[in-house]
Amino acid sequence: MDAIQHQRTIQHLFWRAGFGASPSEVKKAMSISRLQLVKSLFRDSSNIKLLTQVSDAPAQDLKNIRQAVKQNAGGSREDLRDKLKLMAQERRESISSLNDAWVAQMGNGAYAFREKMALFWHNHFACRSRAVGFIQQQNNTLRTHALGKFGDLLMAVSKDAAMLQFLNNQQNRKRSPNENFAREVMELFTLGRGQYTEQDIKEAARAFTGWGFNINGDFVFRENFHDDGLKTIFGKSGNYKGEDVIEMLLANPKTALHISTKIYRAFVNEKVDEAHIAAMAKRFYHSQYNIADLMEYVFTSDWFYHSVNIGAQIKSPVEYLSGLQRTFNLDFVDKTPVLYTQKILGQVLFNPPNVAGWPGGKAWIDSSSLLSRLQLPSVLFRNETINVSVKESGDVNEEQLVRKNKFEINMNWQDFAHSFESIPDAALCKTLASYLLQVPINDATIKRIENKVSAPERSETVKQLCISLMSTLEYQVC
Amino acid sequence: MKRRTFLKKTAFTTAGSLLIPQFLKAYEQKHFGQKLLNDKILVVIQLSGGNDGLNTVVPFRNDIYYRERPSIAINQNNVLRLNDEIGFNPALEKIKELYDNGLVSVINNVGYPNPDRSHFRSMDIWQTGSSSEEYLSSGWIGRYLDAQCIGQSCLPHQALEIDDTLSLALKGQQVNGLSLQNPEKLYRQTQSAFVKTLTDIPAADNHDNVAYLYKTLAETVSSAEYVHTKAKVNKSRMMYPTTELGKSLNTIAELITSGVSTSVYYVSLSGFDTHIRQNDQQDRLLRQYAEAVSIFVNDMKANSRLDDVMVLTFSEFGRRVKQNASSGTDHGTANNVFLIGGPKRTRPILNEAPDLTNLDNGDLKYSIDFREVYATLLDDWLHTDSTKVLTQKFNKLPLF
Repeated sequence: MDAIQHQRTIQHLFWRAGFGASPSEVKKAMSISRLQLVKSLFRDSSNIKLLTQVSDAPAQDLKNIRQAVKQNAGGSREDLRDKLKLMAQERRESISSLNDAWVAQMGNGAYAFREKMALFWHNHFACRSRAVGFIQQQNNTLRTHALGKFGDLLMAVSKDAAMLQFLNNQQNRKRSPNENFAREVMELFTLGRGQYTEQDIKEAARAFTGWGFNINGDFVFRENFHDDGLKTIFGKSGNYKGEDVIEMLLANPKTALHISTKIYRAFVNEKVDEAHIAAMAKRFYHSQYNIADLMEYVFTSDWFYHSVNIGAQIKSPVEYLSGLQRTFNLDFVDKTPVLYTQKILGQVLFNPPNVAGWPGGKAWIDSSSLLSRLQLPSVLFRNETINVSVKESGDVNEEQLVRKNKFEINMNWQDFAHSFESIPDAALCKTLASYLLQVPINDATIKRIENKVSAPERSETVKQLCISLMSTLEYQVC
Repeated sequence: MKRRTFLKKTAFTTAGSLLIPQFLKAYEQKHFGQKLLNDKILVVIQLSGGNDGLNTVVPFRNDIYYRERPSIAINQNNVLRLNDEIGFNPALEKIKELYDNGLVSVINNVGYPNPDRSHFRSMDIWQTGSSSEEYLSSGWIGRYLDAQCIGQSCLPHQALEIDDTLSLALKGQQVNGLSLQNPEKLYRQTQSAFVKTLTDIPAADNHDNVAYLYKTLAETVSSAEYVHTKAKVNKSRMMYPTTELGKSLNTIAELITSGVSTSVYYVSLSGFDTHIRQNDQQDRLLRQYAEAVSIFVNDMKANSRLDDVMVLTFSEFGRRVKQNASSGTDHGTANNVFLIGGPKRTRPILNEAPDLTNLDNGDLKYSIDFREVYATLLDDWLHTDSTKVLTQKFNKLPLF
């Protein structure tokens, strides 16, 4: 393996088990063995840093609304409306600060791998809620169990207020069952489509009756809403409760296969390899669904580093953003661009399109999002303006994002250029390309970029070369 | 020079001036050589936020309507009557004129089973053409585009959204539609020296996704240049309103009359989420809608294209029958859909008015699945196989 290939396999691991790394981190990692590097990534993520942006109790929002209504009894309708409007605005601000905090945590610090897993689970257990406290609580649940046992994660998410609310289990009652949760837990969260009957869903929904949450966002089992009759699920009969259904889903090896397939598609390659996935699923099942063990198996397998898998993924908008931060050690001074970029590129955290999550892969790319991606580096680093307005969702409660066409960032090019001091001018562009791009780029493109850039200072040259290299199609993959 | 020859010629110079991959050139040759330029055109207007259908097409003889909406019901005397049961909101005066000329179909009670009252989810369902139990990652117009591909060659500009970003409705499995605020802006974006470099030099890597990125960029550049060149042919002589929708329909009209080979146009008007003081807001928006659409229709007529152009108007859901405490309405279910333009109508009101005595938890019940409307437009208007696009067969409606 030549030096550049070796470097790319290291970067491959950084990208898939996180959001890339800076050139100096990559250099350091090249001196240790692959196994040592994998172990160090796991070690770095052994601690958990929870999001604490929303300081109020999960239900504070609801409490505030109720209190406002109560206090306003007898007051004018306009007054109440203004109060509620103000509260809605506060809610929007806190959800965007939660968004900022998560992006910052993905882009900085030692927890990249855990955050990458949390992002994966956020897409797997896709959910939206208006209650910001509930969102933060769920996100921390995903983070806490991200590398633990899948069974614990599944149980925790199933009993989580945001999910119970999103999939209408609060309305799932003995005499009027609501099948939404029972269907999605089978189709999307565990077994996958086609592994159950409609009758299984109906009966499982009965087992989940009575599962709900209180105003503090705690799980409550409301016995009087629970249907304790006999149910027949997957050919077995009993007076099952929700927990029993979750157990049955975990006992079915199809769950291990379904999750392994999703992990393979997200961390290795969208194009599945049945043999590798079968091996993953077997191991996952026999380890009682140990997520860390499965991921370690993937990252230490030789096939993970095959050239078909390196550079095979299109960066999601969030990976794109966090990747920028990791590669360049940069900070977004003004947070508006963080949300704006997510919107124009089509992925806003905490706002998955539906319970199936973001489709990902090629779906990230259309003519508009691609042109925006090609323009973004210049917008970020050259202070160019971007003139793309964001679609309105139609929901009157949604934030109408003000067009912000200049981004303010904190980035030290001298520091960055420092890593390339010893590189001769003639090799500079190619060397930068090896750090920024996960696939080879045509020499003719390198030539054109070199010809275009001329600056008196080394750090300025590095900057201009980087901007051009990031404005390529090759930069869109990792 | 004859029009066809001119178009053909510009198409080739366009493609040749950039080093567009060979397959695209081949496609354009095929396209211009064989297929007649845009025969039938569909323009979709999406009213985002959930337009209140009952105050749009008003059941002015219905006591329940007036009882449930004491402060927002439209006064019987102001309603623009269509028959002895229903009539338009007075803000739709311009649409009423078109209706009187036999250019409007009103389809009542359009919806789908197990309706979802979330904006996002319901819009998702309408845009993908899915049932409420399935999640599709491609849109119905995107899949229509897929069906127009010749082998691996597809043309994004056959479906155009007038906006900066692309809606799910126009995303296919094989190809995506093109979105542009106006042809000039998109053209400028694709003409930067750097984008040219990227389209000039082939990829050095053979990953599937890298090839896809190269293909998307080449198609974008080629389509942007094609649309931009064509759009110059014909400038509209009509005075369009200066609203967003007015400008967008003006752009669409110029593209149509210039002979751009786009079959589907998509545009949205937002702000219909009227939970509070509905009437001012809805009145303003419906008036904007009616004025822009009526100019557009007249423009098409003046250019002898009206027979070929159909405007579909929908919203992700209607609203509850009963008004709320803030003189607004909350999210509901079934709604009306308009089809404007095309051939003269024999049945301007396609079906029965909403039945306010037979509600589902305070919401209207649907009687026509929205995919029946799509299927009819796909088969009978765009002349494609609706079962391929919608993955199943739907009843067809006697629309035209």
